[in-house]
Amino acid sequence: MPSAFSNQPSNGFTRGSLVRSMTPRSLFSTVMTVLAFVCGILALLPLLAVLTYVLIQGFSSLSPSLFTQLPPPPLVPGGGFGNAILGTVIMVGLGALISIPVGVLAAIYLTEFSSVRVARGVRFATNVLSGVPSIIAGVFAYGIIVATTRTYSAVAGGVALSILMLPIIVRTTDEALQLVSQDLRQASVGLGATNFQTVTQVVLPAAIPAIVTGTTLSIARAAGETAPLLFTALFSQYWPNGLFAPTASLAVLVFNFAISPFKNQQSLAWAASLILVLLVLLTSIIARWATSRKAY
Amino acid sequence: MATNIRDDHQTDAVLRTEGLNVYYGNFLALRDIWLDIPKNRVTAFIGPSGCGKSTLLRCYNRLNDLIESFRAEGTIYYYGENLYAPNIDPVEVRRRIGMVFQRPNPFPKSIYENIAFGPRINGFKGNLDELVERSLKQAALWDEVKDKLRQSGLSLSGGQQQRLCIARAIATQPDVILMDEPCSALDPISTLRVEDLLHELKEQYTIVIVTHNMQQASRVSDMTAFFNVQTSEKGGRTGYLVEYDRTENIFQSPQQEATKEYVSGKFG
Repeated sequence: MPSAFSNQPSNGFTRGSLVRSMTPRSLFSTVMTVLAFVCGILALLPLLAVLTYVLIQGFSSLSPSLFTQLPPPPLVPGGGFGNAILGTVIMVGLGALISIPVGVLAAIYLTEFSSVRVARGVRFATNVLSGVPSIIAGVFAYGIIVATTRTYSAVAGGVALSILMLPIIVRTTDEALQLVSQDLRQASVGLGATNFQTVTQVVLPAAIPAIVTGTTLSIARAAGETAPLLFTALFSQYWPNGLFAPTASLAVLVFNFAISPFKNQQSLAWAASLILVLLVLLTSIIARWATSRKAY
Repeated sequence: MATNIRDDHQTDAVLRTEGLNVYYGNFLALRDIWLDIPKNRVTAFIGPSGCGKSTLLRCYNRLNDLIESFRAEGTIYYYGENLYAPNIDPVEVRRRIGMVFQRPNPFPKSIYENIAFGPRINGFKGNLDELVERSLKQAALWDEVKDKLRQSGLSLSGGQQQRLCIARAIATQPDVILMDEPCSALDPISTLRVEDLLHELKEQYTIVIVTHNMQQASRVSDMTAFFNVQTSEKGGRTGYLVEYDRTENIFQSPQQEATKEYVSGKFG
């Protein structure tokens, strides 16, 4: 009877002892586990570092006046960037208004109704679009809106942002819809539902949490984009004057004030960075809470 | 191949299949099916894997239309109307011919909404609460869920979920209920409960059930159709109808050799 502790090579195998011991194999395994853990921490570091630094630098300048006052001239303390906050909200809102319906409907077409060849082409085109540099989106919006309407505008900024948001929404909605089990579609169709009814009442509701995550991601991206806004919405020291005038935005304000030589504007840039991060976080949380119901 | 149809003269045929051939692309899945489904009876389709029984079942409610390469030749008459005529709306067909699937697939909605979904999309204008209650009672599920209608359908056990799916199918008040191996994912106790249901349901509905379980077929069905599969030289497997008769005859005095071997467990 071979003992549990013996290493009899009966058929070419050398069995190790049942008792735990540090063999080369388990040493290598432990080292790799530690390495993976360390890399995990390293990957988190940039995020934590950025958040902490922005928080430290910007926290001291936080006050309600940031939301209500206009940017100050150099060397004048106080002031705020209420116009920039409003501008960002307006332009991201415009971008969402364009890209969400188009993106979600395109993804529905892709998953539910398109043939394999068409779907492959559309998905490829979407991936290419997502790699387009954001400044190109700005140039494009400049060409079709600013040049034709002869004014810098929030609308142009919104359009530029929508081009950047669209591929994210199409891709995440596409994946969310594909995750919905075919069983559910068959059950719905088997009950005599039309395609429209199946998609709107069974498939979409089941995919909503994932779609909302994708939408939030695209909003986060759009809120922080600077390059496309530089020559579509430009900047403004004043409150937005309608949708067809130059409009301030948080990202461009940070850009302008961070490189300014004046301390008061620099500290406002930090505060604006903090507000931007907090706004995106808030959007995330609200969206998650709104779709957290289990049954509907 | 010879088919054997001894008609049950007391009932008329709800679904009359004539010369049906089913192709997936160039592959012939079902060959030359002639079969009448009688009204208010339970008809069972039995046979080894791959013989096309589920394919035939899904032809009845046009659910195979969802598969791109599907093509059907021949006719299926539903009360005299050819289901595959070009002017027939498959959505309307499915409102009259409902289906229960192999794996329970309740919607991720509340129990109430699961049942109410079918009637709502079909424009039901009457008392929805009463219809939901009646459907759940007919599916022998009411007592277990009457206090938790607002809970998710997914919170039920497997056997309860399948009865929920049966209630959901009944709620649209179809003529025919197609069941594709409805008990294969259930434990034996739940299976027996569903089988008891079938005895009651057939008074109001016509039922066609595909089953792998021969004992189940002999327990619940009035008519049984035995399908078998034929392998061609190129390796393609084509299903065909071997024998179709009253259940007692199929199991006790089958006419075809293949039937005799299958029901005595020699293959399958």
